[in-house]
Amino acid sequence: MSFLLRRAAFYAVAGFVAVTLNFLLPRLMPGDPATTLFAGYADQLGPDDLASLKEAYGLSDAPLLAQYADYLRSLLGGDLGTSLSQFPTPVTDLIRDGLGWSLLLGTVSVLIGFTAGTLLGSFAAWRRGSRFDTLVPPLTMFVGSFPYFFLALLVLYLFAVRWQALPQGHAYGMDVAPGLTPEFLGSVATHLLLPATTVALVSVGAWVLSIRNTMIGVLDEDYLTMAEAKGLRTWRVMGHYAARNAILPTVTSLGLAVGHVFSGQLLTEVVFTYPGLGNQLYAAVTTHDYPLMQALFLMITISVLAVNFAVDALYAALDPRVRGAATASS
Amino acid sequence: MAEPLTAGTTAPPTGLLSIENLTVDFHTPRGTARAVDGVSLGLFPGEILGLAGESGCGKSTLAMAVPRLLRDPAVITGGRVRLGDGDGDGVDLLGLSDEELRRVRWRDIAVVFQNAMNALNPVLRVEAQLVDVIRTHERTGRREARERAARLCGLVGIGADRLRAYPHELSGGMRQRIAIAIALALRPRLLIMDEPTTALDVVVQREIIAEVRRLQERLGFAVLFITHDISLLVEISDRIAIMYAGEVVELADARTILDDPAHPYTRGLLASFPTLHGDDTRLTGIPGAPPDLVDPPPGCRFAPRCPSAHDRCRAERPVRVTVGDRDVACHLYGPAEVTP
Amino acid sequence: MRKVTAFLRGDRRAVAGAAVFTLIACAVLLAPVLAPHTTTWSDGGPFSPPSADHPLGTNGQGQDVLSHVLYGGRTSLGMALVVGTGTTVISVVAGLVTAFLGGVADEAISLVVNVVLTIPSLPLIIVLAAFLPPGTGTIVLVLVATGWAFGARVVRSQALTLRRRDFVAAATVAGEHRRRTIFVEIMPNMASVIAAYFCGQVVFALTAGSALEFLGLGDADQPSWGTMLFWAQNDSALLQGAWWTFVAPGLGIALTASALALVNFAIDAATNPRLRVARGAAARRPRGFRRATAVRRG
Ligand SMILES: Nc1ncnc2c1ncn2[C@@H]1O[C@H](COP(=O)(O)OP(=O)(O)OP(=O)(O)O)[C@@H](O)[C@H]1O
Ligand SMILES: [Mg+2]
Repeated sequence: MSFLLRRAAFYAVAGFVAVTLNFLLPRLMPGDPATTLFAGYADQLGPDDLASLKEAYGLSDAPLLAQYADYLRSLLGGDLGTSLSQFPTPVTDLIRDGLGWSLLLGTVSVLIGFTAGTLLGSFAAWRRGSRFDTLVPPLTMFVGSFPYFFLALLVLYLFAVRWQALPQGHAYGMDVAPGLTPEFLGSVATHLLLPATTVALVSVGAWVLSIRNTMIGVLDEDYLTMAEAKGLRTWRVMGHYAARNAILPTVTSLGLAVGHVFSGQLLTEVVFTYPGLGNQLYAAVTTHDYPLMQALFLMITISVLAVNFAVDALYAALDPRVRGAATASS
Repeated sequence: MAEPLTAGTTAPPTGLLSIENLTVDFHTPRGTARAVDGVSLGLFPGEILGLAGESGCGKSTLAMAVPRLLRDPAVITGGRVRLGDGDGDGVDLLGLSDEELRRVRWRDIAVVFQNAMNALNPVLRVEAQLVDVIRTHERTGRREARERAARLCGLVGIGADRLRAYPHELSGGMRQRIAIAIALALRPRLLIMDEPTTALDVVVQREIIAEVRRLQERLGFAVLFITHDISLLVEISDRIAIMYAGEVVELADARTILDDPAHPYTRGLLASFPTLHGDDTRLTGIPGAPPDLVDPPPGCRFAPRCPSAHDRCRAERPVRVTVGDRDVACHLYGPAEVTP
Repeated sequence: MRKVTAFLRGDRRAVAGAAVFTLIACAVLLAPVLAPHTTTWSDGGPFSPPSADHPLGTNGQGQDVLSHVLYGGRTSLGMALVVGTGTTVISVVAGLVTAFLGGVADEAISLVVNVVLTIPSLPLIIVLAAFLPPGTGTIVLVLVATGWAFGARVVRSQALTLRRRDFVAAATVAGEHRRRTIFVEIMPNMASVIAAYFCGQVVFALTAGSALEFLGLGDADQPSWGTMLFWAQNDSALLQGAWWTFVAPGLGIALTASALALVNFAIDAATNPRLRVARGAAARRPRGFRRATAVRRG
């Protein structure tokens, strides 16, 4: 089996586990699942609504296995249930927008964090023991130990409330109409800046450290001495010889980190009322909208798995040895 | 062999490269280790000069000091490294700026490292590693550089299809051949080969050595060839320099070194290896260990291990002098105790 | 092992981290002595800025922030330590058991661990907690249940490496009981790894637990750093400019976390030989910023 196929199989298993977990959760909780699920809405919903909800949710007196088969069938049909707080909107409708914004925020912040971390970490390794090296990595680690939501509050307070330099929340201004206009895109960018910086700031420390430590090893390698002996220009030595090799181990850990960064991002969205999945999850929790909550959990998990797979593909593209090993063992 | 002596050969041959009184220090926490101590050595165009000595005697340090590839704790504290340019004095590599040095590297002096697995960049195709050095030093289009890369491959006996391979996809011997092809890419005048075959098995080792000889005869570059294996050296070199504890203790034609070694250390070294013809295989070796370079013994550095050491050896450092057709630094051959 | 402890003692980062953590722990333990008010006292007027009476100001309900930070720290740190201990114990047991059982059991558990690691933790924790009655107990339960996987993997690979080493093999040959081998021979050699992992878990529990409280999944009436942030957000402290209400508990979390991260850093450097050689001494090959060899003629 090739490397990527093997990884894909693993993510399929992980996705399956998440789906099963999602199915079991309400049914494993103490008490009658339907009562737990719809407790907060007993007054608003009539008996007919409740019955149809129960059905939509796959809660019946049928044996667990039959319910499970039912559940999988409706999942495959793209049916994730009906929102309680915004009854009777299907949760898929609600999630679609959130997913887009979350992916945007996530991609931008990981890119910023990874790029900055690579630059700072490489530089620290090249200037081993310099003042930069003794100050910057510990400093980024210190910021990295801030909880995301705390740094978010701090940044929000300073830049949006105190200095009023940037918007306080949401994904774009009320005064611009969505569309591919410069005004709209500009508004999206300014609204993105604070939450993306927050997430990048917290995550950058880990990249700095990882790149620095591998770079120190790479600088010691013969191929670097050879690159210099070849009289290549500095930027080529740094880029094609040092950085490309130093990034590899970090890319492997990128996959694990993505789940972590995404978790932090969810909290950051809450603070900035950024309309992504995190904010929706928060809203679902506070309104006890269990169907929405569960659908979000599934959506987030699947996004993270997909990103993980993308990272694996990137790794295979960057490291010929992985590809080679894969074809050899297939 | 006790005929009158001329003063030491500190004036090196006017040739391709002349290393004069070169000194390299390593600043370690324990103190300063002088890994290369006032070495003078010259290379003529097109010759193969072998450099031998026990591990840690400073062979690599000396060789890597020439293109200034040593790193941090190493500092060149004295001497000159002149690269001849056909006429006049040539240029002193130690006086060049980083940018001037970058231009000299590989164009004039190329290096083949001990283990090509480690010396080739694992994430770049072989072709890219050939093309980048060509295009950095010469104004060449990508197409033309690729064609040259293919020709270079042919030169070292490797099919051009292997250019698309990554280093890990090649065998050890092929990798070393590729390393040689890269080294020859710009037709350098000097090739530094630091134990280029130690990582290979004996058969491949022989093939590579034969290949180097063949290419050297054809292209006429000079080689500074480093190895532990003195029998190999005798086979390939025109002249051989023997190093001990940071100094060159003997320098002569390969035949002279083999047939008539003068320095007790050279004799010990030769005795440590089976002779080429395999008839006489006593492996006596040299008792004791090389000195600590941070705190070397006074007098001759080899004295503590030398079977012929006498009082003078322990007190006074011998200078290198020319005795007949060789240079040697040993009181057995040195000028009398009182010299005007 | 003695070398490691000696090194830690000499490492400035470890000393600084341990000192900060001890300071915070002492302050929190001495809350009844140090706190100017009780946590129920609420006559300070809403959002009064820091003053002599209220060194850290008051919150939206007119309660003294300093008192809340001190008392709340007890809940937060206590919760973190309990979760840290719980997950560490589970991780060590799961890791050792898988390492020594080997075979199918090992592969199955390793697969479970890898899957759990890939599923993003916070959403899972949030959903789990949302199904249970809100409160500190729920948070501890959920964090312990989800937090052990990474440690199990670390311990497992460590144990596998150690098992191959001679002294363990020797003990096995000598017929020592398997359980004895695990606890007598291997555990002490993993002490530093486990210590580092424990520090990491405490940090994880502190941040994740506070996050849950911040989202309203904790006990809102029980003061802790997370609930303080929850109230700050709920009372729109930010828009009122009352920065002290969230900076104080936030810094509590951040300082504790970075203090432990420093200790962790030092343990890491002490046990990772590659980074330690970096400290200079016997580096065989030259390192450092790559420039042409310096020429200094004497
Ligand atoms: N990074 C370093 N720091 C301190 N001393 C060093 C360093 N590198 C080399 N040395 C010293 O320089 C001396 C010469 O080393 P060098 O690598 O030149 O020896 P060599 O003759 O090439 O040995 P080998 O045959 O093992 O390659 C060694 O004895 C060592 O003490
Ligand atoms: Mg060497």
